[in-house]
Amino acid sequence: MTAVREAPARRGPTPPARTGRPAAAARWARRAPLLPALVFTIVVTQLPFVATLVISLMRWNSLDPANRGFAGLDNYAAVFTDPDLRSAIGVTVLLTVTVVVVCLVLGLGLALLLDRRFAGRGVVRTMLIAPFLVVPVAAALLWKHALYNPEYGLFNGVLTWLFGDGAPQPEWISGMPLLAVEASLVWQWTPFMMLILLAGLQSRPQDAVEAARIDGATAWQVFRYLTLPHLRQYLELGALLGSIYIVQNFDAVFTITSGGLGTANLPYTIYQTFYQAHDYGQASAAGVVVVVGSIIIATFALRVVSSLLREDGGRAANRTGVRA
Amino acid sequence: MKRVLGLAAWCAGLLFFAPVAWMVLTSLHSEPDAATNPPSPAAPITFDGYAEFFDSAPWPPLINSLSASIGSTLLVLLLAIPAAYALSIKKVDKWSDVLFFFLSTKMLPVVAGLLPIYLVAQHTGMLDNISFLVVLYTSMNLPIAVWLMRSFLAEVPGEILEAAALDGAGLVTTLRRVVAPVAMPGIAATSLICFIFSWNELLFARVLTGVVAGTAPVYLTGFVTSQGLFLAKVCAAAVVVSLPVLVAGFAAQDKLVQGLSLGAVK
Repeated sequence: MTAVREAPARRGPTPPARTGRPAAAARWARRAPLLPALVFTIVVTQLPFVATLVISLMRWNSLDPANRGFAGLDNYAAVFTDPDLRSAIGVTVLLTVTVVVVCLVLGLGLALLLDRRFAGRGVVRTMLIAPFLVVPVAAALLWKHALYNPEYGLFNGVLTWLFGDGAPQPEWISGMPLLAVEASLVWQWTPFMMLILLAGLQSRPQDAVEAARIDGATAWQVFRYLTLPHLRQYLELGALLGSIYIVQNFDAVFTITSGGLGTANLPYTIYQTFYQAHDYGQASAAGVVVVVGSIIIATFALRVVSSLLREDGGRAANRTGVRA
Repeated sequence: MKRVLGLAAWCAGLLFFAPVAWMVLTSLHSEPDAATNPPSPAAPITFDGYAEFFDSAPWPPLINSLSASIGSTLLVLLLAIPAAYALSIKKVDKWSDVLFFFLSTKMLPVVAGLLPIYLVAQHTGMLDNISFLVVLYTSMNLPIAVWLMRSFLAEVPGEILEAAALDGAGLVTTLRRVVAPVAMPGIAATSLICFIFSWNELLFARVLTGVVAGTAPVYLTGFVTSQGLFLAKVCAAAVVVSLPVLVAGFAAQDKLVQGLSLGAVK
Protein backbone atom coordinates (compact mmCIF):
# COMPACT_ATOMS: atom_id res chain seq x y z
CA MET A 1 0.00 0.00 0.00
CA THR A 2 3.00 2.32 -0.23
CA ALA A 3 1.89 3.22 -3.71
CA VAL A 4 -0.99 5.15 -2.21
CA ARG A 5 1.33 7.44 -0.33
CA GLU A 6 3.61 7.94 -3.27
CA ALA A 7 0.91 9.13 -5.65
CA PRO A 8 -1.83 10.71 -3.57
CA ALA A 9 -3.01 13.34 -6.03
CA ARG A 10 -3.59 11.16 -9.02
CA ARG A 11 -7.03 9.59 -8.93
CA GLY A 12 -8.23 7.47 -11.79
CA PRO A 13 -6.29 6.39 -14.82
CA THR A 14 -3.82 8.57 -16.65
CA PRO A 15 -5.36 10.43 -19.58
CA PRO A 16 -4.61 8.58 -22.80
CA ALA A 17 -1.68 10.01 -24.72
CA ARG A 18 -2.80 10.78 -28.21
CA THR A 19 -0.06 8.92 -29.97
CA GLY A 20 -1.72 6.58 -32.40
CA ARG A 21 -2.05 2.85 -31.83
CA PRO A 22 -1.23 2.40 -28.14
CA ALA A 23 -3.79 5.07 -27.24
CA ALA A 24 -6.44 3.45 -29.40
CA ALA A 25 -5.69 0.10 -27.83
CA ALA A 26 -5.97 1.62 -24.37
CA ARG A 27 -9.30 3.18 -25.27
CA TRP A 28 -10.58 -0.16 -26.44
CA ALA A 29 -9.29 -1.86 -23.33
CA ARG A 30 -11.34 0.56 -21.30
CA ARG A 31 -14.43 0.06 -23.39
CA ALA A 32 -14.19 -3.69 -23.57
CA PRO A 33 -15.77 -4.45 -20.17
CA LEU A 34 -18.77 -2.42 -21.26
CA LEU A 35 -19.32 -4.20 -24.54
CA PRO A 36 -20.96 -7.48 -23.46
CA ALA A 37 -23.69 -5.65 -21.54
CA LEU A 38 -24.14 -3.14 -24.35
CA VAL A 39 -24.37 -5.73 -27.11
CA PHE A 40 -26.69 -7.93 -25.04
CA THR A 41 -29.02 -5.02 -24.30
CA ILE A 42 -29.15 -3.91 -27.91
CA VAL A 43 -29.83 -7.42 -29.21
CA VAL A 44 -32.48 -8.37 -26.67
CA THR A 45 -34.33 -5.06 -26.22
CA GLN A 46 -33.69 -2.84 -29.24
CA LEU A 47 -33.90 -5.36 -32.08
CA PRO A 48 -37.32 -6.67 -31.01
CA PHE A 49 -38.61 -3.10 -30.87
CA VAL A 50 -37.32 -2.46 -34.40
CA ALA A 51 -39.09 -5.64 -35.47
CA THR A 52 -42.25 -4.40 -33.76
CA LEU A 53 -41.96 -1.15 -35.71
CA VAL A 54 -41.70 -3.12 -38.97
CA ILE A 55 -44.58 -5.47 -38.12
CA SER A 56 -46.71 -2.48 -37.12
CA LEU A 57 -46.62 -1.42 -40.78
CA MET A 58 -47.78 -4.84 -41.97
CA ARG A 59 -51.08 -6.55 -42.51
CA TRP A 60 -50.46 -9.73 -40.56
CA ASN A 61 -52.97 -11.93 -38.85
CA SER A 62 -51.56 -15.33 -38.00
CA LEU A 63 -54.96 -16.95 -38.60
CA ASP A 64 -54.93 -15.62 -42.17
CA PRO A 65 -51.31 -16.11 -43.34
CA ALA A 66 -52.08 -15.72 -47.05
CA ASN A 67 -53.15 -12.11 -46.57
CA ARG A 68 -49.80 -10.87 -45.28
CA GLY A 69 -48.40 -7.65 -46.75
CA PHE A 70 -47.51 -4.02 -46.38
CA ALA A 71 -50.26 -2.01 -44.75
CA GLY A 72 -48.74 1.42 -44.32
CA LEU A 73 -50.26 3.27 -41.43
CA ASP A 74 -53.52 1.30 -41.46
CA ASN A 75 -52.74 -0.37 -38.14
CA TYR A 76 -52.12 2.98 -36.49
CA ALA A 77 -55.36 4.31 -37.93
CA ALA A 78 -57.06 1.25 -36.44
CA VAL A 79 -55.45 1.83 -33.06
CA PHE A 80 -56.73 5.38 -32.89
CA THR A 81 -60.20 4.68 -34.33
CA ASP A 82 -61.00 1.33 -32.73
CA PRO A 83 -63.08 2.27 -29.68
CA ASP A 84 -61.53 -0.50 -27.59
CA LEU A 85 -57.99 0.53 -28.32
CA ARG A 86 -58.78 4.20 -27.91
CA SER A 87 -60.36 3.54 -24.56
CA ALA A 88 -57.29 1.48 -23.62
CA ILE A 89 -55.12 4.53 -24.28
CA GLY A 90 -57.32 6.66 -22.01
CA VAL A 91 -57.38 4.00 -19.29
CA THR A 92 -53.59 3.67 -19.40
CA VAL A 93 -53.06 7.42 -18.99
CA LEU A 94 -55.66 7.73 -16.25
CA LEU A 95 -54.44 4.66 -14.36
CA THR A 96 -50.80 5.70 -14.52
CA VAL A 97 -51.26 9.34 -13.57
CA THR A 98 -53.70 8.59 -10.74
CA VAL A 99 -51.64 5.81 -9.21
CA VAL A 100 -48.31 7.62 -9.49
CA VAL A 101 -49.62 10.91 -8.06
CA VAL A 102 -51.49 9.25 -5.17
CA CYS A 103 -48.49 7.01 -4.39
CA LEU A 104 -46.15 10.00 -4.37
CA VAL A 105 -48.34 12.02 -2.02
CA LEU A 106 -48.98 9.11 0.35
CA GLY A 107 -45.35 8.01 0.12
CA LEU A 108 -44.16 11.51 1.01
CA GLY A 109 -46.48 11.64 4.02
CA LEU A 110 -45.35 8.23 5.24
CA ALA A 111 -41.68 9.03 4.66
CA LEU A 112 -42.03 12.22 6.72
CA LEU A 113 -43.71 10.27 9.53
CA LEU A 114 -41.04 7.58 9.47
CA ASP A 115 -38.21 10.11 9.38
CA ARG A 116 -39.00 11.03 13.00
CA ARG A 117 -38.01 8.97 15.97
CA PHE A 118 -40.81 7.10 17.70
CA ALA A 119 -41.23 3.85 19.57
CA GLY A 120 -41.30 0.89 17.20
CA ARG A 121 -40.19 2.75 14.08
CA GLY A 122 -38.42 -0.33 12.72
CA VAL A 123 -41.55 -2.45 13.09
CA VAL A 124 -43.70 0.16 11.35
CA ARG A 125 -41.22 0.40 8.49
CA THR A 126 -41.21 -3.37 8.09
CA MET A 127 -45.03 -3.42 8.02
CA LEU A 128 -45.08 -0.64 5.43
CA ILE A 129 -42.63 -2.40 3.14
CA ALA A 130 -44.65 -5.64 3.13
CA PRO A 131 -47.08 -4.70 0.31
CA PHE A 132 -44.17 -4.06 -2.05
CA LEU A 133 -42.78 -7.51 -1.29
CA VAL A 134 -45.93 -9.48 -2.09
CA VAL A 135 -45.67 -10.98 -5.59
CA PRO A 136 -47.88 -8.76 -7.82
CA VAL A 137 -50.10 -11.60 -9.05
CA ALA A 138 -50.53 -12.85 -5.50
CA ALA A 139 -51.40 -9.30 -4.40
CA ALA A 140 -53.97 -9.00 -7.19
CA LEU A 141 -55.51 -12.35 -6.22
CA LEU A 142 -55.56 -11.27 -2.59
CA TRP A 143 -57.39 -8.03 -3.41
CA LYS A 144 -59.81 -9.69 -5.79
CA HIS A 145 -60.82 -12.66 -3.67
CA ALA A 146 -59.96 -11.97 -0.04
CA LEU A 147 -60.69 -8.23 0.13
CA TYR A 148 -63.09 -7.16 -2.64
CA ASN A 149 -65.31 -10.24 -2.79
CA PRO A 150 -68.82 -8.94 -2.02
CA GLU A 151 -69.91 -12.05 -0.12
CA TYR A 152 -66.97 -12.87 2.11
CA GLY A 153 -64.28 -10.32 1.35
CA LEU A 154 -62.68 -8.46 4.24
CA PHE A 155 -64.01 -5.03 3.21
CA ASN A 156 -67.66 -5.97 3.34
CA GLY A 157 -66.94 -8.09 6.40
CA VAL A 158 -65.59 -5.04 8.20
CA LEU A 159 -68.70 -3.09 7.15
CA THR A 160 -70.87 -5.82 8.66
CA TRP A 161 -68.77 -5.68 11.81
CA LEU A 162 -69.19 -1.95 12.10
CA PHE A 163 -72.81 -1.51 11.05
CA GLY A 164 -74.43 -4.89 11.70
CA ASP A 165 -76.55 -6.94 9.35
CA GLY A 166 -78.00 -3.95 7.51
CA ALA A 167 -74.57 -2.69 6.50
CA PRO A 168 -74.09 -1.66 2.87
CA GLN A 169 -72.36 -4.41 0.90
CA PRO A 170 -70.95 -2.75 -2.21
CA GLU A 171 -69.84 -4.70 -5.24
CA TRP A 172 -66.35 -3.23 -5.24
CA ILE A 173 -65.06 -4.59 -8.52
CA SER A 174 -68.15 -4.34 -10.70
CA GLY A 175 -69.27 -1.12 -9.02
CA MET A 176 -65.98 0.76 -9.33
CA PRO A 177 -63.69 -1.38 -11.48
CA LEU A 178 -60.97 1.12 -12.32
CA LEU A 179 -60.85 2.41 -8.75
CA ALA A 180 -60.55 -1.19 -7.54
CA VAL A 181 -57.50 -1.76 -9.74
CA GLU A 182 -56.03 1.61 -8.77
CA ALA A 183 -56.46 1.00 -5.05
CA SER A 184 -54.60 -2.29 -5.20
CA LEU A 185 -51.77 -0.66 -7.18
CA VAL A 186 -51.58 2.30 -4.81
CA TRP A 187 -51.30 -0.17 -1.93
CA GLN A 188 -48.44 -1.96 -3.67
CA TRP A 189 -46.49 1.03 -4.93
CA THR A 190 -46.80 3.53 -2.08
CA PRO A 191 -44.17 1.64 -0.04
CA PHE A 192 -41.79 1.86 -2.99
CA MET A 193 -42.20 5.65 -3.17
CA MET A 194 -41.86 5.83 0.61
CA LEU A 195 -38.57 3.91 0.51
CA ILE A 196 -37.09 6.25 -2.08
CA LEU A 197 -38.29 9.41 -0.32
CA LEU A 198 -37.19 8.12 3.08
CA ALA A 199 -33.69 7.57 1.74
CA GLY A 200 -33.85 11.12 0.40
CA LEU A 201 -34.91 12.52 3.77
CA GLN A 202 -32.16 10.66 5.55
CA SER A 203 -29.51 12.01 3.21
CA ARG A 204 -30.62 15.59 3.92
CA PRO A 205 -27.81 17.73 5.34
CA GLN A 206 -28.79 18.22 8.97
CA ASP A 207 -26.65 21.32 9.62
CA ALA A 208 -28.71 23.46 7.22
CA VAL A 209 -31.92 22.37 8.97
CA GLU A 210 -30.44 23.20 12.38
CA ALA A 211 -29.18 26.56 11.18
CA ALA A 212 -32.64 27.37 9.84
CA ARG A 213 -34.23 26.35 13.16
CA ILE A 214 -31.83 28.59 15.06
CA ASP A 215 -32.77 31.43 12.74
CA GLY A 216 -36.38 30.86 13.81
CA ALA A 217 -37.79 29.03 10.77
CA THR A 218 -41.07 27.21 11.41
CA ALA A 219 -41.44 23.49 10.68
CA TRP A 220 -43.42 24.37 7.55
CA GLN A 221 -40.73 26.76 6.33
CA VAL A 222 -38.05 24.14 6.86
CA PHE A 223 -40.14 21.64 4.92
CA ARG A 224 -41.04 24.04 2.13
CA TYR A 225 -37.66 25.69 1.55
CA LEU A 226 -35.15 23.03 2.62
CA THR A 227 -36.69 19.57 2.65
CA LEU A 228 -38.84 19.77 -0.48
CA PRO A 229 -36.09 21.18 -2.74
CA HIS A 230 -33.70 18.54 -1.40
CA LEU A 231 -36.29 15.83 -2.10
CA ARG A 232 -36.85 17.06 -5.62
CA GLN A 233 -34.64 14.56 -7.38
CA TYR A 234 -36.02 11.76 -5.24
CA LEU A 235 -39.59 12.77 -6.08
CA GLU A 236 -38.67 12.91 -9.75
CA LEU A 237 -37.02 9.53 -9.55
CA GLY A 238 -40.06 8.03 -7.82
CA ALA A 239 -42.40 9.53 -10.41
CA LEU A 240 -40.21 8.30 -13.25
CA LEU A 241 -39.76 4.73 -12.00
CA GLY A 242 -43.39 4.57 -10.89
CA SER A 243 -44.61 5.70 -14.32
CA ILE A 244 -42.40 3.19 -16.09
CA TYR A 245 -43.81 0.32 -14.05
CA ILE A 246 -47.46 1.40 -13.81
CA VAL A 247 -47.79 2.23 -17.49
CA GLN A 248 -46.77 -1.37 -18.19
CA ASN A 249 -49.02 -2.89 -15.57
CA PHE A 250 -50.42 -6.20 -16.65
CA ASP A 251 -50.78 -8.31 -13.52
CA ALA A 252 -53.43 -6.27 -11.71
CA VAL A 253 -55.60 -5.63 -14.77
CA PHE A 254 -55.29 -9.24 -15.92
CA THR A 255 -56.11 -10.71 -12.52
CA ILE A 256 -58.65 -8.35 -10.95
CA THR A 257 -60.91 -7.50 -13.89
CA SER A 258 -59.47 -9.43 -16.85
CA GLY A 259 -59.61 -6.14 -18.67
CA GLY A 260 -63.39 -6.04 -18.37
CA LEU A 261 -65.64 -3.16 -17.29
CA GLY A 262 -63.53 -0.53 -19.03
CA THR A 263 -60.28 -1.31 -17.25
CA ALA A 264 -58.33 -2.77 -20.19
CA ASN A 265 -55.11 -0.81 -20.44
CA LEU A 266 -52.75 -0.96 -23.41
CA PRO A 267 -50.52 -3.78 -22.19
CA TYR A 268 -53.55 -5.96 -21.53
CA THR A 269 -55.16 -5.00 -24.86
CA ILE A 270 -51.94 -5.77 -26.73
CA TYR A 271 -51.70 -9.11 -24.97
CA GLN A 272 -55.24 -9.89 -26.12
CA THR A 273 -54.85 -8.55 -29.65
CA PHE A 274 -51.84 -10.72 -30.20
CA TYR A 275 -52.60 -13.71 -27.99
CA GLN A 276 -56.27 -14.14 -28.74
CA ALA A 277 -57.09 -12.16 -31.88
CA HIS A 278 -53.73 -13.04 -33.47
CA ASP A 279 -53.64 -9.65 -35.17
CA TYR A 280 -49.89 -9.16 -35.15
CA GLY A 281 -49.91 -5.89 -37.11
CA GLN A 282 -52.41 -4.16 -34.87
CA ALA A 283 -50.82 -5.46 -31.68
CA SER A 284 -47.48 -4.08 -32.84
CA ALA A 285 -48.93 -0.69 -33.70
CA ALA A 286 -50.48 -0.55 -30.23
CA GLY A 287 -47.09 -1.53 -28.80
CA VAL A 288 -45.43 1.41 -30.54
CA VAL A 289 -48.17 3.67 -29.17
CA VAL A 290 -47.38 2.40 -25.64
CA VAL A 291 -43.75 3.32 -26.10
CA VAL A 292 -44.58 6.82 -27.27
CA GLY A 293 -47.22 7.11 -24.55
CA SER A 294 -44.93 6.00 -21.75
CA ILE A 295 -42.37 8.57 -22.78
CA ILE A 296 -45.06 11.25 -22.74
CA ILE A 297 -46.44 10.11 -19.39
CA ALA A 298 -42.99 9.95 -17.81
CA THR A 299 -42.23 13.45 -19.06
CA PHE A 300 -45.59 14.66 -17.78
CA ALA A 301 -45.02 13.07 -14.39
CA LEU A 302 -41.65 14.79 -14.23
CA ARG A 303 -43.24 18.14 -15.09
CA VAL A 304 -45.87 17.83 -12.38
CA VAL A 305 -43.26 17.10 -9.76
CA SER A 306 -40.92 19.82 -10.97
CA SER A 307 -43.66 22.44 -11.05
CA LEU A 308 -44.38 21.77 -7.38
CA LEU A 309 -40.88 22.97 -6.67
CA ARG A 310 -40.24 25.36 -9.50
CA GLU A 311 -42.28 28.14 -7.87
CA ASP A 312 -39.32 28.77 -5.63
CA GLY A 313 -36.77 29.02 -8.36
CA GLY A 314 -39.11 31.24 -10.34
CA ARG A 315 -39.51 33.66 -7.47
CA ALA A 316 -35.81 33.72 -6.78
CA ALA A 317 -35.12 34.46 -10.44
CA ASN A 318 -37.66 37.28 -10.42
CA ARG A 319 -36.06 38.86 -7.41
CA THR A 320 -32.63 38.89 -8.98
CA GLY A 321 -34.22 40.14 -12.19
CA VAL A 322 -35.71 43.12 -10.37
CA ARG A 323 -32.42 43.89 -8.75
CA ALA A 324 -30.60 43.85 -12.06
CA MET B 1 -47.68 16.42 18.97
CA LYS B 2 -44.80 13.95 18.83
CA ARG B 3 -47.05 11.25 20.30
CA VAL B 4 -49.77 11.94 17.73
CA LEU B 5 -47.35 11.64 14.80
CA GLY B 6 -45.93 8.38 16.14
CA LEU B 7 -49.46 7.08 16.53
CA ALA B 8 -50.32 8.16 12.99
CA ALA B 9 -47.30 6.25 11.71
CA TRP B 10 -48.42 3.14 13.58
CA CYS B 11 -51.95 3.43 12.17
CA ALA B 12 -50.60 3.81 8.63
CA GLY B 13 -48.28 0.85 9.13
CA LEU B 14 -51.09 -1.36 10.43
CA LEU B 15 -53.40 -0.25 7.62
CA PHE B 16 -50.88 -1.13 4.92
CA PHE B 17 -49.96 -4.37 6.63
CA ALA B 18 -53.55 -5.48 7.23
CA PRO B 19 -54.09 -7.11 3.79
CA VAL B 20 -50.86 -9.11 4.17
CA ALA B 21 -51.83 -10.18 7.68
CA TRP B 22 -55.31 -11.09 6.41
CA MET B 23 -53.80 -13.16 3.60
CA VAL B 24 -51.69 -15.14 6.08
CA LEU B 25 -54.57 -15.52 8.54
CA THR B 26 -57.02 -16.67 5.85
CA SER B 27 -54.48 -19.19 4.57
CA LEU B 28 -54.45 -20.74 8.05
CA HIS B 29 -58.21 -21.20 8.29
CA SER B 30 -60.44 -23.99 7.03
CA GLU B 31 -62.40 -23.17 3.85
CA PRO B 32 -65.74 -22.60 5.65
CA ASP B 33 -64.05 -20.37 8.26
CA ALA B 34 -62.19 -18.42 5.58
CA ALA B 35 -65.34 -17.53 3.66
CA THR B 36 -67.62 -16.00 6.26
CA ASN B 37 -69.23 -12.60 6.59
CA PRO B 38 -68.45 -11.04 9.03
CA PRO B 39 -64.90 -12.43 9.00
CA SER B 40 -63.74 -14.83 11.70
CA PRO B 41 -60.15 -13.93 12.57
CA ALA B 42 -60.27 -16.08 15.71
CA ALA B 43 -61.24 -19.29 13.89
CA PRO B 44 -59.07 -22.33 14.67
CA ILE B 45 -55.75 -22.57 12.86
CA THR B 46 -55.30 -25.36 10.33
CA PHE B 47 -52.68 -26.06 7.68
CA ASP B 48 -55.16 -27.74 5.32
CA GLY B 49 -54.88 -24.90 2.79
CA TYR B 50 -51.13 -25.44 2.55
CA ALA B 51 -51.47 -29.21 2.47
CA GLU B 52 -53.93 -29.01 -0.40
CA PHE B 53 -51.80 -26.46 -2.24
CA PHE B 54 -48.75 -28.69 -2.06
CA ASP B 55 -50.87 -31.68 -3.12
CA SER B 56 -51.70 -29.86 -6.34
CA ALA B 57 -48.05 -30.27 -7.44
CA PRO B 58 -46.73 -26.71 -7.38
CA TRP B 59 -43.12 -27.93 -7.28
CA PRO B 60 -42.17 -27.64 -10.95
CA PRO B 61 -43.42 -24.01 -11.19
CA LEU B 62 -41.62 -23.06 -7.97
CA ILE B 63 -38.41 -24.69 -9.19
CA ASN B 64 -38.84 -23.02 -12.60
CA SER B 65 -39.20 -19.63 -10.93
CA LEU B 66 -36.17 -20.30 -8.78
CA SER B 67 -33.98 -21.30 -11.72
CA ALA B 68 -35.17 -18.44 -13.92
CA SER B 69 -34.62 -15.88 -11.15
CA ILE B 70 -31.26 -17.17 -9.94
CA GLY B 71 -30.03 -17.84 -13.48
CA SER B 72 -30.87 -14.36 -14.71
CA THR B 73 -29.53 -12.70 -11.56
CA LEU B 74 -26.17 -14.43 -12.07
CA LEU B 75 -26.10 -13.50 -15.75
CA VAL B 76 -26.99 -9.90 -14.90
CA LEU B 77 -24.08 -9.69 -12.44
CA LEU B 78 -21.72 -11.23 -14.96
CA LEU B 79 -22.60 -8.55 -17.51
CA ALA B 80 -23.32 -5.60 -15.23
CA ILE B 81 -20.25 -5.62 -13.01
CA PRO B 82 -17.67 -5.17 -15.80
CA ALA B 83 -19.92 -2.63 -17.52
CA ALA B 84 -20.45 -0.65 -14.34
CA TYR B 85 -16.74 -0.89 -13.66
CA ALA B 86 -15.98 0.61 -17.05
CA LEU B 87 -18.53 3.35 -16.47
CA SER B 88 -17.62 4.30 -12.93
CA ILE B 89 -13.96 3.71 -12.31
CA LYS B 90 -12.50 3.97 -15.73
CA LYS B 91 -14.44 6.63 -17.51
CA VAL B 92 -15.46 5.65 -20.99
CA ASP B 93 -15.78 8.50 -23.45
CA LYS B 94 -19.30 9.83 -23.39
CA TRP B 95 -20.06 7.58 -20.42
CA SER B 96 -23.19 9.48 -19.46
CA ASP B 97 -24.64 8.82 -22.92
CA VAL B 98 -24.01 5.12 -22.46
CA LEU B 99 -25.57 5.19 -19.02
CA PHE B 100 -28.57 7.03 -20.33
CA PHE B 101 -28.91 4.50 -23.12
CA PHE B 102 -29.12 1.67 -20.59
CA LEU B 103 -31.69 3.56 -18.63
CA SER B 104 -33.74 4.42 -21.67
CA THR B 105 -34.19 0.74 -22.48
CA LYS B 106 -36.21 0.52 -19.26
CA MET B 107 -38.54 3.09 -20.78
CA LEU B 108 -39.28 0.62 -23.53
CA PRO B 109 -42.35 -1.24 -22.29
CA VAL B 110 -42.10 -5.01 -22.32
CA VAL B 111 -45.14 -5.32 -24.58
CA ALA B 112 -43.34 -3.33 -27.29
CA GLY B 113 -41.04 -6.26 -28.00
CA LEU B 114 -43.30 -9.10 -26.93
CA LEU B 115 -44.50 -10.22 -30.36
CA PRO B 116 -41.09 -10.41 -32.11
CA ILE B 117 -39.70 -12.17 -29.04
CA TYR B 118 -42.56 -14.66 -29.19
CA LEU B 119 -41.97 -15.23 -32.92
CA VAL B 120 -38.25 -15.79 -32.35
CA ALA B 121 -39.00 -18.26 -29.55
CA GLN B 122 -41.52 -20.05 -31.76
CA HIS B 123 -39.14 -20.37 -34.70
CA THR B 124 -36.14 -21.46 -32.65
CA GLY B 125 -38.08 -23.98 -30.61
CA MET B 126 -37.46 -22.00 -27.43
CA LEU B 127 -41.10 -21.69 -26.41
CA ASP B 128 -41.74 -23.13 -22.95
CA ASN B 129 -38.02 -23.06 -22.15
CA ILE B 130 -36.49 -21.66 -18.97
CA SER B 131 -33.23 -20.56 -20.59
CA PHE B 132 -35.16 -18.27 -22.91
CA LEU B 133 -36.82 -16.67 -19.87
CA VAL B 134 -33.40 -16.28 -18.26
CA VAL B 135 -32.20 -14.26 -21.26
CA LEU B 136 -35.31 -12.06 -21.22
CA TYR B 137 -35.20 -11.45 -17.47
CA THR B 138 -31.55 -10.56 -17.81
CA SER B 139 -32.35 -7.92 -20.41
CA MET B 140 -35.16 -6.67 -18.18
CA ASN B 141 -32.89 -6.20 -15.15
CA LEU B 142 -29.56 -5.36 -16.74
CA PRO B 143 -30.20 -1.60 -17.16
CA ILE B 144 -31.16 -1.20 -13.51
CA ALA B 145 -28.23 -3.33 -12.41
CA VAL B 146 -25.71 -1.31 -14.44
CA TRP B 147 -27.19 1.88 -13.04
CA LEU B 148 -27.05 0.64 -9.43
CA MET B 149 -23.65 -1.01 -9.70
CA ARG B 150 -22.10 2.09 -11.22
CA SER B 151 -22.89 4.17 -8.18
CA PHE B 152 -21.76 1.46 -5.79
CA LEU B 153 -18.50 0.99 -7.65
CA ALA B 154 -17.92 4.73 -7.78
CA GLU B 155 -17.38 4.46 -4.04
CA VAL B 156 -14.29 2.31 -4.50
CA PRO B 157 -11.35 4.64 -3.72
CA GLY B 158 -9.24 5.39 -6.77
CA GLU B 159 -6.05 4.99 -4.75
CA ILE B 160 -6.68 1.33 -4.14
CA LEU B 161 -7.16 0.78 -7.85
CA GLU B 162 -3.96 2.58 -8.67
CA ALA B 163 -2.11 0.50 -6.15
CA ALA B 164 -3.51 -2.62 -7.80
CA ALA B 165 -2.55 -1.34 -11.25
CA LEU B 166 0.99 -0.59 -10.06
CA ASP B 167 1.23 -4.08 -8.64
CA GLY B 168 0.46 -5.29 -12.15
CA ALA B 169 -3.04 -6.62 -11.59
CA GLY B 170 -5.12 -7.19 -14.71
CA LEU B 171 -8.81 -6.47 -15.14
CA VAL B 172 -10.05 -9.79 -13.80
CA THR B 173 -7.75 -9.77 -10.79
CA THR B 174 -8.63 -6.16 -10.00
CA LEU B 175 -12.33 -6.91 -10.21
CA ARG B 176 -12.09 -10.04 -8.13
CA ARG B 177 -9.54 -9.02 -5.50
CA VAL B 178 -10.07 -5.27 -5.13
CA VAL B 179 -13.42 -4.14 -6.46
CA ALA B 180 -15.65 -7.05 -5.46
CA PRO B 181 -14.92 -6.98 -1.71
CA VAL B 182 -15.53 -3.23 -1.45
CA ALA B 183 -18.63 -3.35 -3.62
CA MET B 184 -20.11 -6.46 -1.97
CA PRO B 185 -23.03 -4.68 -0.27
CA GLY B 186 -23.89 -3.09 -3.59
CA ILE B 187 -23.68 -6.41 -5.39
CA ALA B 188 -25.97 -7.92 -2.75
CA ALA B 189 -28.53 -5.13 -3.12
CA THR B 190 -28.46 -5.36 -6.90
CA SER B 191 -28.86 -9.14 -6.83
CA LEU B 192 -31.79 -8.87 -4.45
CA ILE B 193 -33.59 -6.36 -6.66
CA CYS B 194 -32.98 -8.44 -9.81
CA PHE B 195 -34.16 -11.58 -8.03
CA ILE B 196 -37.38 -9.89 -6.88
CA PHE B 197 -38.23 -8.49 -10.31
CA SER B 198 -37.57 -11.83 -12.03
CA TRP B 199 -39.51 -13.80 -9.46
CA ASN B 200 -42.48 -11.44 -9.85
CA GLU B 201 -42.63 -11.34 -13.65
CA LEU B 202 -45.86 -12.53 -15.23
CA LEU B 203 -46.35 -11.23 -18.79
CA PHE B 204 -43.34 -12.87 -20.49
CA ALA B 205 -43.82 -16.06 -18.51
CA ARG B 206 -47.50 -16.17 -19.37
CA VAL B 207 -46.91 -15.74 -23.11
CA LEU B 208 -43.73 -17.76 -23.51
CA THR B 209 -44.06 -20.69 -21.13
CA GLY B 210 -46.60 -23.41 -20.64
CA VAL B 211 -46.62 -26.90 -19.22
CA VAL B 212 -42.90 -27.45 -18.83
CA ALA B 213 -41.39 -24.09 -17.96
CA GLY B 214 -44.36 -22.33 -16.35
CA THR B 215 -43.26 -20.15 -13.45
CA ALA B 216 -44.93 -19.71 -10.07
CA PRO B 217 -46.86 -16.54 -11.03
CA VAL B 218 -48.26 -18.31 -14.10
CA TYR B 219 -49.18 -21.28 -11.94
CA LEU B 220 -50.93 -18.96 -9.47
CA THR B 221 -53.19 -17.48 -12.15
CA GLY B 222 -54.06 -20.94 -13.44
CA PHE B 223 -54.51 -22.30 -9.93
CA VAL B 224 -57.52 -20.11 -9.28
CA THR B 225 -59.13 -20.97 -12.59
CA SER B 226 -58.71 -24.71 -12.14
CA GLN B 227 -59.51 -24.89 -8.44
CA GLY B 228 -62.41 -22.47 -8.32
CA LEU B 229 -62.73 -20.17 -5.40
CA PHE B 230 -61.25 -21.85 -2.40
CA LEU B 231 -60.17 -18.83 -0.46
CA ALA B 232 -57.91 -20.49 2.11
CA LYS B 233 -56.14 -22.46 -0.60
CA VAL B 234 -55.69 -19.39 -2.82
CA CYS B 235 -54.28 -17.44 0.13
CA ALA B 236 -51.95 -20.31 1.03
CA ALA B 237 -50.70 -20.37 -2.58
CA ALA B 238 -50.20 -16.59 -2.55
CA VAL B 239 -48.25 -16.82 0.72
CA VAL B 240 -46.00 -19.62 -0.55
CA VAL B 241 -45.20 -17.83 -3.81
CA SER B 242 -44.56 -14.52 -2.03
CA LEU B 243 -42.53 -16.06 0.76
CA PRO B 244 -39.06 -16.02 -0.86
CA VAL B 245 -39.43 -12.35 -1.75
CA LEU B 246 -40.95 -11.42 1.62
CA VAL B 247 -38.19 -13.16 3.55
CA ALA B 248 -35.38 -11.79 1.38
CA GLY B 249 -36.91 -8.31 1.42
CA PHE B 250 -37.42 -8.19 5.18
CA ALA B 251 -33.95 -9.56 5.84
CA ALA B 252 -32.29 -7.03 3.60
CA GLN B 253 -34.47 -3.94 4.13
CA ASP B 254 -31.55 -1.58 4.47
CA LYS B 255 -29.83 -2.90 1.39
CA LEU B 256 -33.07 -2.64 -0.52
CA VAL B 257 -33.54 0.99 0.47
CA GLN B 258 -29.92 1.75 -0.27
CA GLY B 259 -30.10 0.02 -3.62
CA LEU B 260 -33.29 1.71 -4.71
CA SER B 261 -32.24 5.21 -3.81
CA LEU B 262 -28.49 5.49 -3.81
CA GLY B 263 -28.01 3.95 -7.19
CA ALA B 264 -30.45 6.34 -8.67
CA VAL B 265 -29.56 9.70 -7.34
CA LYS B 266 -25.79 9.60 -7.04
